[in-house]
Amino acid sequence: MSDYNFAYLDEQTKRMIRRAILKGLAIPGYQVPFASREMPMPYGWGTGGVQVSAAVLTPEDTFKVIDQGADDTTNAVSIRRFFEKTADVAVTEATGEASVIQTRHRIPEQDLREDQILVYQVPIPEPLRFLEPSEVETRKMHALEEYGLMHVKLYEDISQHGAIATSYAYPVKVEGRYVMDPSPIPKFDNPKLNMAGIQLFGAGREQRIYAVPPYTDVVSLDFEDYPFEASKADHACDLCGSTDSYLDELIVDDAGGRMFMCSDTDYCCSRRKAGHIGAQGVPYAEDAA
Amino acid sequence: MSPLLNVDGISKFYGHRIGCKDVSFDLYPGEVMGIVGESGSGKSTLLNCLAGHLAPDTGAVNFDTRTNGMCDTVTMSEPERRMLSRTDWAFVHQHARDGLRMNVSAGGNVGERLMAVGARHYGDIREQATDWLGRVEINADRVDDRPTAFSGGMQQRLQIARNLVTGPRLVFMDEPTGGLDVSVQARLLDLLRGLVREMNLSAIIVTHDLAVVRLLADRLMVMKDGHVVETGLTDQVLDDPQHGYTQLLVSSVLQV
Amino acid sequence: MISIENVSKSFTLHNQGAATIPVMTGASLQVAPGECVALVGQSGSGKSTLMRMIYGNYLAAAGRIMIDDVDVATAAPREILQLRRYTLGYVSQFLRVVPRVPTVEVVADPLLATGVERGAALARAQVLLENLNIPERLWALSPTTFSGGEQQRVNIARGFAYNYPALLLDEPTASLDGKNREVVMTMIEEAKARGAAIIGIFHDEAARDRVCDREIDVTGFTPKAAA
Repeated sequence: MSDYNFAYLDEQTKRMIRRAILKGLAIPGYQVPFASREMPMPYGWGTGGVQVSAAVLTPEDTFKVIDQGADDTTNAVSIRRFFEKTADVAVTEATGEASVIQTRHRIPEQDLREDQILVYQVPIPEPLRFLEPSEVETRKMHALEEYGLMHVKLYEDISQHGAIATSYAYPVKVEGRYVMDPSPIPKFDNPKLNMAGIQLFGAGREQRIYAVPPYTDVVSLDFEDYPFEASKADHACDLCGSTDSYLDELIVDDAGGRMFMCSDTDYCCSRRKAGHIGAQGVPYAEDAA
Repeated sequence: MSPLLNVDGISKFYGHRIGCKDVSFDLYPGEVMGIVGESGSGKSTLLNCLAGHLAPDTGAVNFDTRTNGMCDTVTMSEPERRMLSRTDWAFVHQHARDGLRMNVSAGGNVGERLMAVGARHYGDIREQATDWLGRVEINADRVDDRPTAFSGGMQQRLQIARNLVTGPRLVFMDEPTGGLDVSVQARLLDLLRGLVREMNLSAIIVTHDLAVVRLLADRLMVMKDGHVVETGLTDQVLDDPQHGYTQLLVSSVLQV
Repeated sequence: MISIENVSKSFTLHNQGAATIPVMTGASLQVAPGECVALVGQSGSGKSTLMRMIYGNYLAAAGRIMIDDVDVATAAPREILQLRRYTLGYVSQFLRVVPRVPTVEVVADPLLATGVERGAALARAQVLLENLNIPERLWALSPTTFSGGEQQRVNIARGFAYNYPALLLDEPTASLDGKNREVVMTMIEEAKARGAAIIGIFHDEAARDRVCDREIDVTGFTPKAAA
């Protein structure tokens, strides 16, 4: 009993999850219930995403994990190591080289291709949960396409903040039918939900899987007079100088000094390697820490 | 003129206890009917069967729909019934918090039904919501306050605005003035009377308060133990009650 | 216009040993358009009871009460409401209104109910209130706090707001002073002149003699074996 089954989960479980994934792909945006397994990590650390990744990984895959865009945070590192150990798959930090990418709260800056799969970790899959606590009722609302309540949430935003203040987990309508929570990605990423790759969403604690097949129409909800806007910090990356990537803001000293940098670390590094330098950046050196 | 609502032989049983038994009546456009009776007489059961909140065991509730004429709402599909209940029907609960979203602003509460039927212009929705707050005598500057910050009477008026904003044709009311101060009750009654006339609403009002039905209802239905014991013109039933139970009910009212 | 044939009425008190009290039998009368008929008879003889039956407020036990072509004794509530809205007016002795509603609205109410445009209805109400000497400062107040005489005049204004083809008047001049009594008498005469059929109860004999064409003694309708 020294070895794990490939990708940790037993074959029956993976088959069950694959069936849920296929159903999800067949009904874009629909939340498919599945028998979520106990994983060797706490809920909230990506148990849903990990189970979906386990079900889709093959020995030939190259795997990448990002957490808020970064490959090197605790969560990303431990999930990457988990599959290195249990599936013995190749891993990478380069978006273009990965065939399966598990993500928490971001979509990579680089456009994904048809042969790539993006797996999202989802904390709360139900977009209507804000205002309707009953699961029976929300399921009925999805079934009957009663989505007025979703706009009540946006109405409240505008009435309180003068604009739609929802800046992440911004609700979308998939292929003109189901309203979906795209997981807590910044709304800057919403336009990228229309992509060539396959997008799979796993919610471990809530036991739901849903999916968006390639080239699916994904529309962010809005009002005619308050249209959706994909916003980001009005700044350029201080390391690589990019003006069109999503930025993190970093406080660097006690005097209020700050810098902005790409949340997608691989994207930032690639640009610096290619010679781009931002306002506070230095030329890329291979041996730098 | 044909009836807006035709109720035919509605019965509801709880095990072998009777909820309501064999109730039939017609309601015409613009008509207000009161249902009175003591607690447990079956009036709320009946109202819930009519409004589609409870499935009756027998009978039909035929409603004159805008698109397909008379349809039995008991047997129509759930999506159709739910659509009806947020367009042509309205339900005013006794407790405002059952009919309001307490964590959503007054404007959002009123706007919800508009958004539910497809309104997608924030400015228009807000304008209509504010207009309706005015019609139920709530100041426009309260539009962004949550109902939790409102008095009981204001909450009830907000609930009415939320229900009437889509211009329904039939309103179900369950003890709409219950639990309110008398002065607040009077104001609400006055408001309801005006709206009923202005919008040519038909309404079914369940209450145990005979003063409320005298002022609001054209017709009266008296219930006891799940049965209808007397019906008629409101003032006739109250001033010349025929059934023993109605006589008891009328004579039991305290004179002020 | 108004035709009553063989109407009877009894009250059954279910909660007092189901005692049945017959109060009227064989009541018949006719009133033509433009005619005013007075109901007379001592107190308790059934004048108000008969009037309430004509208005549909009391249920007739037998007989026919034809107003125009509607039989009030058997009509559905909806038909009676329709009749009360467009055909049959009633000035009762008591004013019953929704609290808080301004007097001018109370008076305009029957006009609004028939679909008269709001501005016109309020204008007509104001004329009536002015004629009946209700001070203008009271118009915006609810009549619930008015004196008996003022309430009576508001009630009359309300009853005469719409030109009903048939009118029931229950002591319209009871608590009025001479000046206002004169106003009301004129209003009744005008109603007659435009062809209204009127049935009235007047204790005020002078008033009765002036406006009524005939008298009908309701004691003739009292059941012989009355207890």
